[in-house]
Amino acid sequence: MNWDWSNVEDFMPHFWDGLLVTLQALAWGTLIAFSLGLLWAIAQRSDQVWIRWPVTAITEFIRNTPLLVQLFFLFTVVPEFGPTMSPLTTGIVGLGLHYSTYTAEVYRAGIEGVPVGQWEAATALSLPKRRTWTAIILPQAIRRVIPALGNYVVSMLKDSPQIAAIGALDMLGEAKGFTQATFTYEAISIVGIAFIVIAYPASVLLRVLERRLVR
Amino acid sequence: MSADSSTSKETVNPTVDGSELIRFDKVTKRFGSHVVLDELDFSVASGKHVTLIGPSGSGKTTILRLLMTLMKPEEGTIKVGGEYLTHETKNGKLVPASEKYTREVRKNIGMVFQQFNLFPNMKVLRNITEAPVQVLGLSKDEAEQRARELLELVGLTEHIDKYPSQLSGGQQQRVAIARALAMRPQVLLLDEVTSALDPELVAGVLDVLRDIAHTTDITMLCVTHEMNFARDISDQVLMFDSGRVIEAGTPEKIFTEPEHERTREFLSAVL
Amino acid sequence: MMTSDFITAWFLPGLWITVQITVYSAALAFVIAFPIGVLRTSPLWIVRFLAGTYFEIFRGTSALVFMFWMAFTVPMLFGFSFLPMAAGVLALGMTYGAYGSEIVRGALAAVPVAQREAGVALNFTKGQRLRKIEIPQAWPEMLPPFNNLLIELLKGTSLVSLIAVADMTFAGNLWRLVTAESAPVYTVLLVVYFVLAFLLTRGMRLLERHAKARIGQAPEKVGLLGGLRSKSSIDAVTGTGGAK
Repeated sequence: MNWDWSNVEDFMPHFWDGLLVTLQALAWGTLIAFSLGLLWAIAQRSDQVWIRWPVTAITEFIRNTPLLVQLFFLFTVVPEFGPTMSPLTTGIVGLGLHYSTYTAEVYRAGIEGVPVGQWEAATALSLPKRRTWTAIILPQAIRRVIPALGNYVVSMLKDSPQIAAIGALDMLGEAKGFTQATFTYEAISIVGIAFIVIAYPASVLLRVLERRLVR
Repeated sequence: MSADSSTSKETVNPTVDGSELIRFDKVTKRFGSHVVLDELDFSVASGKHVTLIGPSGSGKTTILRLLMTLMKPEEGTIKVGGEYLTHETKNGKLVPASEKYTREVRKNIGMVFQQFNLFPNMKVLRNITEAPVQVLGLSKDEAEQRARELLELVGLTEHIDKYPSQLSGGQQQRVAIARALAMRPQVLLLDEVTSALDPELVAGVLDVLRDIAHTTDITMLCVTHEMNFARDISDQVLMFDSGRVIEAGTPEKIFTEPEHERTREFLSAVL
Repeated sequence: MMTSDFITAWFLPGLWITVQITVYSAALAFVIAFPIGVLRTSPLWIVRFLAGTYFEIFRGTSALVFMFWMAFTVPMLFGFSFLPMAAGVLALGMTYGAYGSEIVRGALAAVPVAQREAGVALNFTKGQRLRKIEIPQAWPEMLPPFNNLLIELLKGTSLVSLIAVADMTFAGNLWRLVTAESAPVYTVLLVVYFVLAFLLTRGMRLLERHAKARIGQAPEKVGLLGGLRSKSSIDAVTGTGGAK
């Protein structure tokens, strides 16, 4: 075993670039996953079968097929019909879309956890539907599911290196490029450790949050 | 039987003559700052049926759980058949008991729980035979023979091949009694065994226990709210309050002429 | 190349590789998850700590990065190399084994305390209690989250295509290069993965019914079109939850 710290030193500038891209992907991906997931969850409770059914089918399909293949699909198929997206943008859309199907389940559980009496009280007060959702149901539902949502952000972080497969220069993309260019091998180890170093405190934090918020 | 204990004003330390099977010596049990048992002393003679009564939270169930080693006392010692239960002597010194030692002493004790606690993953027969086979090393045939006899005793022979979830509460509790007896314990601990049952099922379970009390020489330690049952089977009744025995005596004496004010209050509330 | 030739030459063998990797990694994950999960309920803190450390490290690990490390770094660092497929199976099995250990731990922790007490009252040893009482009762509770984890694992097998294992995704990429028809190729690929996930769920539901019947519980009725996922308090993706 011959670990060379000077290779590590050479890689570090690339590492920080990659970290920035990873965090960008994570932040935008999270934003999409959280908002789109909420939309799915509400749509799945719609009175209209023609909304409920297709949304359920599409989210089930996305959730039960590999993110990697979805990324390939988005990267190659979408430009044939619509806009050409950069690898990073494609990655963000892919991560956000894939994880929105998980957050939808989380929101759904949160909404189902709100007591029926709350809906009845809102009806008794003749609150309009939109107001019932935004003022009564969602505030109660979301508070309870914040830790669960957070756990999916950590999962998304760990899946984010898959965007390197379509050419995004996240941490893994940078490490791959550096490794191939220099015939060294320290870079991937550094990236592997970086994931653990980021993910562990995040999950500890979420467990603390869970104890505070969910009772 | 003795049991006609001394009667100091505040606490009573009943002693029982005959061969002493269970002895609590200055046993203290706390939950946090709450003292459940306060330097409790008492003993039970072999073959006797002792009922513990008293308001809830007075420490009755704790005594059974300590005897079953489901909890450990903070202070004091417990002896069963002359052997320490939670401690063992090593080189003349008293040290906390090892698992192996505890299991040896615990062999003599069986327990029936308020919630039956049958194993839902085993049918009735295996609920009864599992421990005799695994713990006592009985052959499968011997254990099944024993189980069939006990099921006859509790009147459930036809349910031998059912899962606990297919039985009523009263039937489950009778299986649990058979399961405890299959280990041939010297002491049987009964922890509010009818409290979780629908009223119409109580009598069947109590009949089985009466039968056992009158036909075997097993020592029984019983926590119950069924005062008539206590009167029927007990040689001695211990009245608990705030972690102490405040009065002890024969059932006739306790139920007809209790001496202590708290006993009178308690009995008038439950009878 | 004709499409039908391509299917027999690449796609079906790729499908077979995907199935094999799923089976091998699931077996490895199971073999890891069980002891780690049981040890995490140990009364000895040092045992709990060591098993917990395994869980924390691999829960924080990105499966793909770990797979790259096994495939590319290990040969250079330690001078020996795995077959690419073995690197993939090891990486998937070890990470998903960590998630699985949380399922085992959670289900064991959810066995009522009263059952343990009944075991003590009958003088069973700790090992006997675990084997005869706790694991048999926890097992049916483990199956729904195991089902979800298995689907995650199936999806994860697509990562091996990135370390040059010719699985179904690898074949799909090749196919696209040959035909230059992205939409049909990737649609077919996604549909086949979905069908595999569906079949896995059917199999696991069967196992669940069988397990529940064995402990005298009636299984829940789930319609054919009920979701692929099983409802469970334990989350297979994030590896969290279950009784604490």
